[in-house]
Amino acid sequence: MKTESRRRRRPSAVAWGIGGVLLPVLLWEAYKAVGPASGVSVGGVPLLPRTTDLAMPHVWTMLERLLAPESSASGAGPMWLAVLQAAGFTLGIAGAGWLLGVAVGLGLAMLMQRFRSANSALLPWIILSQTVPLIAIAPLVRRWGSQLEFGPFIWENWMSVAVISAYLAFFPVAIGALRGFGAPEKAHEDLMRTYALGWWQTFLRLRLPASVPYLLPALRLAAANAVIGAVVAEVSIGLRGGIGRMIVEFAAAAGGDPGKPWAPIFGAVLLGLAAVGFVALIGALLRRYRRGEQAA
Amino acid sequence: MNGRTDSLTTPEGGGAVPVPAVHVAGVHRVFGSPRSPVQALRDVSLSIAEGEFVSLIGPSGCGKSTLMRLVADLDSPTTGSISVFGKSTRQARLDQDYGIAFQQAGLLPWRTVRGNIELPLQTHGAAPAARRARTDDLLDMVGLSEFGGHYPDQLSGGMQQRVAIARSLAESPKLLLMDEPFGALDEMTRERMQNELIRICAETGCAVVFVTHSIPEAVFLSDRVVVMSPRPGEIREIVDITLGTAGARGAGLREETSFYDAIRSVREALHGSEPAAVRGAETR
Repeated sequence: MKTESRRRRRPSAVAWGIGGVLLPVLLWEAYKAVGPASGVSVGGVPLLPRTTDLAMPHVWTMLERLLAPESSASGAGPMWLAVLQAAGFTLGIAGAGWLLGVAVGLGLAMLMQRFRSANSALLPWIILSQTVPLIAIAPLVRRWGSQLEFGPFIWENWMSVAVISAYLAFFPVAIGALRGFGAPEKAHEDLMRTYALGWWQTFLRLRLPASVPYLLPALRLAAANAVIGAVVAEVSIGLRGGIGRMIVEFAAAAGGDPGKPWAPIFGAVLLGLAAVGFVALIGALLRRYRRGEQAA
Repeated sequence: MNGRTDSLTTPEGGGAVPVPAVHVAGVHRVFGSPRSPVQALRDVSLSIAEGEFVSLIGPSGCGKSTLMRLVADLDSPTTGSISVFGKSTRQARLDQDYGIAFQQAGLLPWRTVRGNIELPLQTHGAAPAARRARTDDLLDMVGLSEFGGHYPDQLSGGMQQRVAIARSLAESPKLLLMDEPFGALDEMTRERMQNELIRICAETGCAVVFVTHSIPEAVFLSDRVVVMSPRPGEIREIVDITLGTAGARGAGLREETSFYDAIRSVREALHGSEPAAVRGAETR
């Protein structure tokens, strides 16, 4: 029965998916077709953008631009390849940041679960950490990092970007994992106690598996945060080669080449999708930890 | 560990003075703050012999579950002492001297039936082969041999509870603590589970502390029924049930007059001296 309903739902799900992508495209083109060239403003406050080709290029202009060479320089590769390379570069950094953030977040949550005092002492700082603007910490991280030196190890700029990305990623993991580790039923905790299990065994056998339903949304948020952190930090730190830097550089070209700034934006979207897709994969692998025990 | 008197008293099985499975002496348990104390148990003393099946019965909130939790070392008495096989409850817990089952089966939903039963064995470092063999035996005992690979959410409530019982028996304990294990089951399943439990008890010979609020259930299963009064929980009376050994009891016992007589005496103990208004067996 389950497979049948799934099979029946598939085509409509695909249709809705395609519709969801097409709808903004249609809205974009429709407004561009009927909207006034100077945009819509009420009482001097602009509400809707200008519809000139410069401000709102056609969707197909954007797509065409992806296929054209990146620049007029001879031997330049196609734009899509450059965008993919930049996105891949940023994805690597965001991935490193995500891993670091997840490790730190899980570690903090474990500490807070284990010691009540740690919970009281750390939680305010964890929440406070997210109120500091990214722009403020980027130069700090870079400066501190550049002073690190042990032996052959040299701090590189991409590491600063990864650290900032982790700074954004750890927060949802810490909060989600803390909730998840506290999620087991009292009866299960009692049972572990009757098995005379220590904290660590109870954590491995009970708390960690029970936290999976809380952990997965946290990991997804962390993935999105890591990508945003990496993109923004690239700009703040001034790291070349990534999609963030490309967005800023290409935005300057909008005047003569309106399709160009959109290419890295598509790249950034792709980046986000890849990150979220990766977490969905983790969720599929952990499927059995998401079963609910049905009440008798 | 610290070679105390308990190791001196009796070597395994052969002592002149039998060590009771559970010995409760003058236990009080007070919850809440000193300013507004709630007395859950008052001066409870009770001794349960090896292999004996004892039910704790009483109205809701009479402290029968609290008493069981004290024996399981999930809670500590305010005053008084409890020993399990002559050891402190803590030592008994660390030594895995008892198995426990709760009202909710409490199976880990991400583990298969087999995984759930194996859990205690696994955490105490049993070899995989021995674990497997033991789990096979237990699955067989509770009649779930074909369901080892199922997940708890694929089982009915009665089956889940059977898994929980198998799990509580995993370490071959000589004492079983059960807190209303059949409380959430329908009547038919419940009677079947009672039949199975009494068979398992006959097979394993373990002592059982069984918390319930069903009089027929207590009578059917027990050698003695401990009747408790409402808060503060005290032992009002201990009723001896002389319906034969666990091995001799079967489903047919529920039809016999001796069964009804025992039910009546437990009910009279529960309701105090005044005669019970309702006639006939309460079918729960």
